[in-house]
Amino acid sequence: MNILVCIKRVPDIAGSVTLDATGTGIDESGLGHTMSSHEECAVELAIQTAAQAGGTVTVLTLGPAEAVEQLRAAVAVGANDGILVEAADPSVFAPEDIAQVIGDVIRDRAEAGQTFDLVLTGDDAADTGDFQVGIRLAYDLGYPVLTNIQTISVGGAAGGGGERGSGRIEARGIGPVGTEIFSLDLPAVVAVHEGGVDPRYPSITGRMKAKKAQVVEYDAPVPGMGSPRLRLELPEVKASSVTILGEGPEAAPALVDVLEEIGVIRP
Amino acid sequence: MTMVFVETDPAGEVTLTSAEAITFARKNPQLLPDGGAATSREVSGPPSGSTEGVVIGPLSDAAVESLGRLGVGVIHHLDHPDLAEYSAAAWAQAIVDVAPESGTLLASGTPRGMELMAHAAVRTGARMAANVIAADAEGLLRQVHGGTAFERLRLDGDLQVLTIAGHACTPEETTPITPEVYAYDLTVAEADLTTRVQRTEVEAADDASGLTSARAVVGAGRGVGSENGFAEVLELVDHLGGALGVSRVVTGLGWRPHAEQVGQTGSRISPDVYIACGISGAIQHMAGIEGAKTLVAINTDEESTMVQRADYAIIGDLHEVVGAVNEEIVRRRG
Ligand SMILES: Cc1cc2nc3c(=O)[nH]c(=O)nc-3n(C[C@H](O)[C@H](O)[C@H](O)COP(=O)(O)OP(=O)(O)OC[C@H]3O[C@@H](n4cnc5c(N)ncnc54)[C@H](O)[C@@H]3O)c2cc1C
Ligand SMILES: Nc1ncnc2c1ncn2[C@@H]1O[C@H](COP(=O)(O)O)[C@@H](O)[C@H]1O
Repeated sequence: MNILVCIKRVPDIAGSVTLDATGTGIDESGLGHTMSSHEECAVELAIQTAAQAGGTVTVLTLGPAEAVEQLRAAVAVGANDGILVEAADPSVFAPEDIAQVIGDVIRDRAEAGQTFDLVLTGDDAADTGDFQVGIRLAYDLGYPVLTNIQTISVGGAAGGGGERGSGRIEARGIGPVGTEIFSLDLPAVVAVHEGGVDPRYPSITGRMKAKKAQVVEYDAPVPGMGSPRLRLELPEVKASSVTILGEGPEAAPALVDVLEEIGVIRP
Repeated sequence: MTMVFVETDPAGEVTLTSAEAITFARKNPQLLPDGGAATSREVSGPPSGSTEGVVIGPLSDAAVESLGRLGVGVIHHLDHPDLAEYSAAAWAQAIVDVAPESGTLLASGTPRGMELMAHAAVRTGARMAANVIAADAEGLLRQVHGGTAFERLRLDGDLQVLTIAGHACTPEETTPITPEVYAYDLTVAEADLTTRVQRTEVEAADDASGLTSARAVVGAGRGVGSENGFAEVLELVDHLGGALGVSRVVTGLGWRPHAEQVGQTGSRISPDVYIACGISGAIQHMAGIEGAKTLVAINTDEESTMVQRADYAIIGDLHEVVGAVNEEIVRRRG
């Protein structure tokens, strides 16, 4: 089973941010970069699933040349190779555009003899949080799609005829009243939510492998749709208005007063 | 026309986040490009400019009444044996079948709401904006970068599809109306059922749903120290009849399940009080607690974001402080 994982290079934000000169993006100069956390779990799931079923894991990103770092980070933990779709400024792409470009690359790879039975994405990217690329990609490819998935296992109860012929997976995800279990024929797109697996750390040999990893390169076309963004704004920073009730256990009665006032202590 | 996908809970009531989304729709009439006139097809005579709701599955009298109090004039009730088990594709198509050709289709930013709106956007050829917090003449404002920044945007096209960020808006009732309920004879395509839920295991999510509806939530972060460090906070949860919420460090270390995580990639909560113990206040955590009415921090570091953003704080070791709070509660009970 060959798996493609779509990952996005995003700034690693811990505190507040500032805007860049154009006002349409955040100033990334002082920030490190990473892949979104849902995608780290998607990479881990892909590695485990490929190990279980036999097959390869390829990672793909549409991003600037530097996004090759995120591809190499995925190879360092066990992915086999990468695809870089280079776009100097990915922020001008709409989710529609990204899905379309990834769909085109997947079709092009198929012509080159590289096919994928399962395509994984994150639920939403840590920066834009559009919650669309995986779903739009699935429609573009004509594949079924699940979102909010935390774990995947190969096989599962037969059903649906299985005539699509690329295998079958069972997927478990987050529903409003409990864990929901799905079973579906491949090929398919699955959007992953963090929390079902622990992303592993790279080993020394993994890091060595990552340096030499094969990365196929494409140039992203000019986006057809374009991002609907006008500009970014920052939330106003409110001055602290904290009341310090005290230090250590002596302050406990003051807090119990507050909780009584709010009326949340069980009689 | 603005149409809201309404989620109901297992008891048949309208969920809190759906009530928020309906209130958002009602309070933002500029989302109605045609000035509020009802343009929907088979529906005749709904109160002009009123919000319309879509409910899939059983529709209880309680839900109809709640929707009337929230100002929903028309309810599109979609019920079909093939929709009894959730399938995103089938549910989205059912929504698309009754959705307006122009105007706004929206849902709250829950996992269901996000997924269904994205499917509906593709199926109608519309553009979509997730995590919207405001709308005005210029367009929409939505959260990006986990809430550190807001994006101003305009969606073009006759129909726009949105999800409303959890707790961006407080539910508000209005002069009650009696909604008109429309039922439909639906057809569900076989192809849309391949992604149907096979079965549901209820256990884990009981915690999660308790978390989003609890009036008091005790938060626990890395400061708890270890997997065995939860005794005091759990006792406090019990005294408050509340729920435990944790930071991602805690779930990442495997101390507690992901269903208890609060924040950008966990639950968004809106309790009357949130007591954050040993949580630093990273932006991704704060994104989940913006709806808390009173914020209390218990932390060794007075300079931490959580303390600075809190209404009340105690500086000190959380085990000692929470232990003393528990003792005080027991003492006052007598
Ligand atoms: C894309 C993305 C999504 C994320 N989503 C989430 C999310 O949904 N939820 C989430 O929580 N995080 C999320 N994070 C992680 C987030 O950035 C922080 O790393 C995390 O919230 C920190 O958890 P913490 O506060 O428990 O730990 P720390 O930041 O390590 O803070 C520990 C705090 O405990 C205090 N402390 C230590 N010992 C004691 C003691 N004995 N008594 C009292 N106080 C003590 C310290 O002073 C400190 O303030 C996300 C990150 C990314 C990049
Ligand atoms: N530029 C990109 N390159 C590769 N994958 C992407 C890109 N943008 C989004 N994705 C994938 O689509 C998911 C959802 O993204 P979004 O719809 O932007 O929130 C992400 O978690 C990624 O897996």
